[in-house]
Amino acid sequence: MNRKWIAGWLFILPFLVVFLAFLVAPLFYAGYLSLWTKGLATGTTFAGFDNYTRAFEDPSFRKGLWFVLRFSAVVIPLQIIVALVAALVLDEVTGRLARFSRLVIFLPYAIPAVLGALMWGFLYSPSFGPIEQIATAFDVRAPFLLSQGNIFYGLLNVVTWQWSGYYMIIIYAALRSIDTSIYEAARIDGANARQIALRIKVPMVSSALVLILVFSLIGTLQFFTEPQILAPIANGSVTPDFTPNIYAYNIAFRYAQFNYASAISFSLGFVVFLAVGIFMFVTRKKGSIFT
Amino acid sequence: MRFITKAAMSLALIPALAACGGGDDQEATAAKPTNCTNKIVNEAAPRVLVWAWYPNMAKVVDNFNNQHTDVQVCWTNAGQGQPEYEKFQTAISAKKGAPDVIMLEADQLVGFEIQDALVDLVPYGANDVKKNFSEGAWKDVSQGDKVFAAPVDGGPMALIYRTDIFDKYKIKPPKTWAEYAEAAAKVKAAGGPVFGDFGSNVPAVTTALMIQKGAQPFVYDLSDKQNITVKLDDQATKDVLNFWGEMSKKGLVGKEDQFTTDYIAGMVGGKYATYVSAAWAPGYLTGAGVGNGKEKGKFAVAPLPQWDTASPVSVNWGGSAFAVTSQAADKANAAKVALGLYADEASLTDGWKTQTIFPLNQSVLTSDEFVNAKVEFFNGQTANKDIYIPAENAYKGATYSPFTVYYYAQLQAQIVKINEGKTTGDQAATDLHNQIVQYAKTQGFTVK
Repeated sequence: MNRKWIAGWLFILPFLVVFLAFLVAPLFYAGYLSLWTKGLATGTTFAGFDNYTRAFEDPSFRKGLWFVLRFSAVVIPLQIIVALVAALVLDEVTGRLARFSRLVIFLPYAIPAVLGALMWGFLYSPSFGPIEQIATAFDVRAPFLLSQGNIFYGLLNVVTWQWSGYYMIIIYAALRSIDTSIYEAARIDGANARQIALRIKVPMVSSALVLILVFSLIGTLQFFTEPQILAPIANGSVTPDFTPNIYAYNIAFRYAQFNYASAISFSLGFVVFLAVGIFMFVTRKKGSIFT
Repeated sequence: MRFITKAAMSLALIPALAACGGGDDQEATAAKPTNCTNKIVNEAAPRVLVWAWYPNMAKVVDNFNNQHTDVQVCWTNAGQGQPEYEKFQTAISAKKGAPDVIMLEADQLVGFEIQDALVDLVPYGANDVKKNFSEGAWKDVSQGDKVFAAPVDGGPMALIYRTDIFDKYKIKPPKTWAEYAEAAAKVKAAGGPVFGDFGSNVPAVTTALMIQKGAQPFVYDLSDKQNITVKLDDQATKDVLNFWGEMSKKGLVGKEDQFTTDYIAGMVGGKYATYVSAAWAPGYLTGAGVGNGKEKGKFAVAPLPQWDTASPVSVNWGGSAFAVTSQAADKANAAKVALGLYADEASLTDGWKTQTIFPLNQSVLTSDEFVNAKVEFFNGQTANKDIYIPAENAYKGATYSPFTVYYYAQLQAQIVKINEGKTTGDQAATDLHNQIVQYAKTQGFTVK
């Protein structure tokens, strides 16, 4: 018994060391940092929770938060609908074309986010991009998809492109695990293909949908990579306080305020925690894996 | 975006952090950095780790190492401007990982000085080379009696313009900003390209233009560390922001960020008739492919337009210097490098001939070869004698705040708003002023 216990820990050990050294320890250190404040002219002083009060009163932090909340409200349903439709279609058809389509839809996820963003930066370019060329052919001015007014949609497109394929695979895997005799029974009862899809398949993969929702909620609230990569070509649309994560990064590495940046990060973590908590509470009956 | 990407991101950070100062061995063995970009000529000599991004730096380092047996430069390019400053800032906060000598722009110096990250070079013989530089250039690297860097490169500003466009629309280089606006309207009315560019990512240019109109955004003296004067809501600042705001609103100038691929493509294709820029710009433009092939010899340069031709004001954009960091193990050797690197004739000549620097060293500034050089980028114009040397000589130096990075970020945000038509120059100046004052207060300054 005792030996088994040791063996179990030995198996966990490699993970545990990395987990403690690179996640738990930095987390505690950041928590500690966030309780202090450093002024260029004054030096470091103990601040208690002042940085947190300041964070939630900071218009830049609130603006960023408001952006990611709005963005989540649009991008998450969009991604899920695209992924769900693609998965349902691919579940119906078989053969070489289906396998090929599956790969093509999944492919954007296999491209690193940085490269994906760079590629879209080129596609959006007002001098080189295909959008510009098409517009020129019709003799109209192409919209710059990264301008202040358009960047919401420009990023929406990039993120949906990047992640829908991945979510599609998760849903597809869940669909494959459904016992096909259920469909047969439904057909005997007179259900058509659409009814099978909406009344049987979707409810049966609802736990996968909840999982995706949680994933994409956490990911979108921490939105960072795509806007950060596109910032240099966005003519200033990606401000230093564009999203809370970008804001924290800039406060730490550009303005050298690691203390306040830690507080911003923890505040963001708190918001993410809260959002996911609320979401899981609301979906507690539908999503079996969380109950 | 998600867990996986987060992991990838932290992995991506590792090489960036490792690049901060030549690895861990720096602390243990002290001043024997090994991963140099250049070849070390004298293996036995102590090494000084240098960060710099001059395009011809490899040559400059070789020149130094070949001429010195007592000390050797170990050079790393840690990024151009902001990326380098971010690494340096992180190294300061971490109290390790900084190089011994670092290339900094004049407007960044005081922000690092206040953190005690740079070393006063006077005890190491800085005043011996003072005679090599103009008063303005020396003021930019000094705080009272202290000198925190050795000047290399200046950035006197002028109006670069395209002769093909000017000829086609029959305009002469504008002498005043009013003429500039007039000429812009004329070219536009005749169906020509935009006249210039009000890019948000070059807030240093806008600041220089504000100073030209008579603004003095900051008064700050390091010996009086806690007190700062901020004045960004004055009439001069408002006038300049209004001027460019109007130009951009009327479509007379572009709204594009500069140095992007799109912007360079626009420069090559004649999308902009003029470029308000510094003397080092042609070197960077040439490097990016402007002024080659079909475009050869289409550029010329004129003095920067003035508000009042009776009392012209000369301003600078950029300009850089070598500073010794407080983390340098051997400060005497580091100072020797800071004062001697890019100060030899061969390096300076290479720098000015490729137009990657505008040399501040008087031995070059007054040399016959430099003064009378027929500049290729400007189609044989004697640009140094006619434009840049007078501009540099008239430059009085500027005072910067200890939070230039933050100030630039806020100014940039205001320029974006102006370009989007969401604010006026007046409002932008007032908002900017309030933001900076508030920031200064949270940083513990007493704002006057």
